[in-house]
Amino acid sequence: MELLFDVASWLSDPVQWDGSNAIYVRIGQHLWYTTTAVLVALIVALPIGLAVGHTGRGEAFAVNVANIGRAIPSFGIILLFVVLAGIGFVPVLIALTLFAIPPILTNTYTGISGVDRQLRDAAYGLGMRRLQVLTQVEIPVAMPLIMAGIRTSSVQVVATATLAAFPGLGGLGRYIINGLSVQNYPQVIAGALLVAVLALLVEGLLALLQRTVVPIGLQHTRVARR
Amino acid sequence: MSLALPLAQTRLAVDWAWIERNAGYIQDQFREHVLLTVLPVTFGFIIAAVLGFFAVRWPGLYTPLLTLTGILFTIPSLALFVLLIAFTGLSIWTAVIPLTVYTLLILLRNVVEGFRGVPRDVRDAATAMGYSGAKRILTVDLPLALPVLFAGIRIATVTTIGLVSVSSLVGQGGLGQLFLDGFYRSFPTPLYVGLALSVVFAVTADLLLLWLQRALTPWTRR
Amino acid sequence: MITFTKVSKTFPDGTKAVTDLTFTVPAGEIVVLVGPSGCGKTTTLRLINRMEERSSGEIMLDGQDVTALAKHELRRSIGYVIQAGGLFPHRTVLQNLATVPRLLGWEKERAVARARELLAVVGLDGEVANRYPHQLSGGQQQRVGVARALAVDPPVLLMDEPFGAVDPVVRQRLQQELLRLQQDVKKTIVFVTHDIDEAITMGDRIALFSPGGVLEQYASPAELLAHPKNAFVADFLGEERGLKRLSLRQVYDVTAIDGPVVGMEASAADAAKVAAANGTDWVVVLRPDRTLYGWGNVAALGDVAHLSELDLPLPRLTVHANDSLRAALNAMVVSQVGVAVRLGATGTYEGIVTHEILSGELLR
Repeated sequence: MELLFDVASWLSDPVQWDGSNAIYVRIGQHLWYTTTAVLVALIVALPIGLAVGHTGRGEAFAVNVANIGRAIPSFGIILLFVVLAGIGFVPVLIALTLFAIPPILTNTYTGISGVDRQLRDAAYGLGMRRLQVLTQVEIPVAMPLIMAGIRTSSVQVVATATLAAFPGLGGLGRYIINGLSVQNYPQVIAGALLVAVLALLVEGLLALLQRTVVPIGLQHTRVARR
Repeated sequence: MSLALPLAQTRLAVDWAWIERNAGYIQDQFREHVLLTVLPVTFGFIIAAVLGFFAVRWPGLYTPLLTLTGILFTIPSLALFVLLIAFTGLSIWTAVIPLTVYTLLILLRNVVEGFRGVPRDVRDAATAMGYSGAKRILTVDLPLALPVLFAGIRIATVTTIGLVSVSSLVGQGGLGQLFLDGFYRSFPTPLYVGLALSVVFAVTADLLLLWLQRALTPWTRR
Repeated sequence: MITFTKVSKTFPDGTKAVTDLTFTVPAGEIVVLVGPSGCGKTTTLRLINRMEERSSGEIMLDGQDVTALAKHELRRSIGYVIQAGGLFPHRTVLQNLATVPRLLGWEKERAVARARELLAVVGLDGEVANRYPHQLSGGQQQRVGVARALAVDPPVLLMDEPFGAVDPVVRQRLQQELLRLQQDVKKTIVFVTHDIDEAITMGDRIALFSPGGVLEQYASPAELLAHPKNAFVADFLGEERGLKRLSLRQVYDVTAIDGPVVGMEASAADAAKVAAANGTDWVVVLRPDRTLYGWGNVAALGDVAHLSELDLPLPRLTVHANDSLRAALNAMVVSQVGVAVRLGATGTYEGIVTHEILSGELLR
C-alpha cells in the first residue's frame, strides 16, 4: 500500500533523525515522562498497597481509589492540570502518575492479601515478626502479581503519554498532533507505530525484569494447596 | 520545554453562571458521550462473542488472536482516531470504529476465558441429558460464563467512557469537547463539569451493569 | 512440661473453642490431642505458642507463663509443624531449613551446615538440598517441614495434623520414623489429629476432646481403650476397640503354650497320641534343631513310621515375640487350625498362641 510506503520513507528520512524533533529525542522525552510517572506511582502506591494487603484493613478505600482512578478520563485530567498550573512538565506528570497508580495499587494489595494463609501461619509460627513476614515471605510470594501490576501500569502510561503532546509537551505524541494539524498522515502513522513499538519494548523489558526478580520457585507450577 | 501561561488568565473557581448558560450544550455533549459509549460496547461485544466462540472452538486460533489484539492495544487511541479520518472523514464513525476495536480487545479475552471457565463436568452433564449444541451454549454455558463476561463489559465500558474524550480531537468527543473548550480558553469550569460528568457516568454505568449482572446470575449472590 | 490451668478460649464471634481446660503434658512424652471437627484440638495446640491467645486461665511452659516472653521469642524456641509443611515456595529446601537459625542470628555457614544435618535426621537425601518445595513429593515436603521445626533443637514440638496430607503408606512410614526419632531426642511433643488410630499409634497419652472444647478423657492409649469414661469416648474409639487394644500389646506379653509337639522322626501313631493328650486333631512337627518341619492333621497322617516321610504344610503365617497381638490374631484367623505359631529369631519353635490366651489378655 502506498501509505505504508510513505510511512517507511518518513521513518527513513534523515531529517527525522536529526535535531530537536528527531525520533530519538522524542523517544527519550516519552520514556522520561513514562518512567518518572511510574516511579512516582510506585513510591506512592507500593507502600499503601503493602499496608492494605498486609493488615487487611482499608481494602474498601483501596478498591474505591482504583475504581475512581479508572473512571477519570486521563485526557481531561491532563488538560485540567495544565489549565490550573500552566503548561509544563509537572502538571502533566501529576496527571500521568494518577493514572499509573490504580493498577499498581490493586495488584499489590491483592497479591499480598492473597498469600496462602498457611504460609503466613508457618512464618509466624517459626517466630518471625510482622516486618520479617512481610519482607521475607509475603512480598516474594506476591512478586508475580506486583510485577504484573507494574507492567500493566507502565504500558498504559506509555500509551497515555502520547496525549501529553497536545498541551504542548514533547514525546512521540508530538508527531501525531503535528501530523494531524497539517494532515501529514504518514507522520501520524509513523508516530503511532513508534509508540506501539515502544510500549512493546517496555513490556518486554519488564517481563525480563520479572524473570530476574521473581523467585525461581514461584515461576513454575504453583505449590500444591491442600 | 516549559511555556508557562500567565497564571492571571486562569480563574480557578467554578463558574456556575457559565454552567447555567450552557446547560443545553452540556446536555448535548453528554448525550453524544453516551452514544459514543453504548455503540462501541455493543458492537465490540457482538464481534468479541463471535470471535471468541471460534477461538474456543479452535484453540489454535486463540494465541495469535490474543497476540494481535495485544499489539493493537498498545496503539494510542489518539493515533487510531486520527488514522480513521483518512477512511471516514470527520464523522461519528471516526470515533466509533476505533472505540469498538478497543472494546473488542478487552472483551475478547473475557469471552474466551468466560466460556473456557465453564466447568467441564457441568457441560458434559448437560450434553448427557440431551442438550444439543446451540441450546446448551445458550442455556448452560452462557449463564455460567456471564460473571466473567460482565467483568469484561464493565471494564470495557469504563475504559471506553474515558477514551471517548480523546476523540474530541477529531471532532467527536462528547464531554471531551468541554475539555477542549476549557483548555483553549484557559477556563477550568468546563473541565470541572466534563470530568465530574465523566466520573458520574462511569460510576453509574458500572453500578448499573453490576446490578444487571447480579439480576442475571442469582446463584452467585452470597 | 506444659501445664494448662482452667484455660478457656472464646472467639470474637462467640464460638467457644476451649472450655475450662486443665491438664499437663509431661516432659519428654508425646501427647496426642484428638477428637472430631470443632472440638478445639487445633486451637488448644495454638494456644501453646500463642498463635491464638487464651481468653482466660494460665498456660505454663517449663514453669514460665507463655505470655512472659514476646510472641516471636517464644515461638523461636518451639517447633511448629503444620499440614502440608507450610514451606516457603520461594526458597530452596536448604534455605527453608535455615530460617530459624538465621532468625536467631546464626552465621550463614553454621546455619547451612545445620540444615544439612537436619536432612539426614529426617531421612532425606542430600541432593534435595537445592531443590524448591514444588519439586518435592508430599512426603518429602512433610519431612522438610519437620526438619525445619527441629532446626534449633527446641525442647517442645507442636504438630498440627502433620501427616494428614500424604497417602496412607507414606503416613505410616512417617509415623514410624517420628517414633524412632523420639526415642533418640525425647522431645515434648503435642500432636493433633482427627484419626484415632494415629493417636493410638503415636501417643504416650491421649487427650480426647468433644465439640466445644471439652476434655472428655486424658489417659494412656491402653487405659483409654480398656476403660472409656463415657459414651462419647466409646463411640469415638469405634466398635473395634478390642482389636485396637490388641495392637497395643506384643506377643511377648503373653505366655505361649507348648501345644501338641512331636519330632519328625516320630510315627503317625505317636502323633495321634500327642494330639489326643492335648485335645486337638492336629500336631506340630519339629526338626531335631527345634525348627518347624510343618504341621499335620492326624487323620491325614496315615500310619507312617516316620513323619519325615510325609510332605507337611507350613503355617501360612507365623509370629515373633515383638509382633503385636493383633498380628497374632491375624495369623490365627488365617491359619489352617486356628492358632498362631510363635517362632524365635532363628526360627526355633517357641509355642502357640490360642484365642483363649488373647481373650484372657483383653479381660485384664
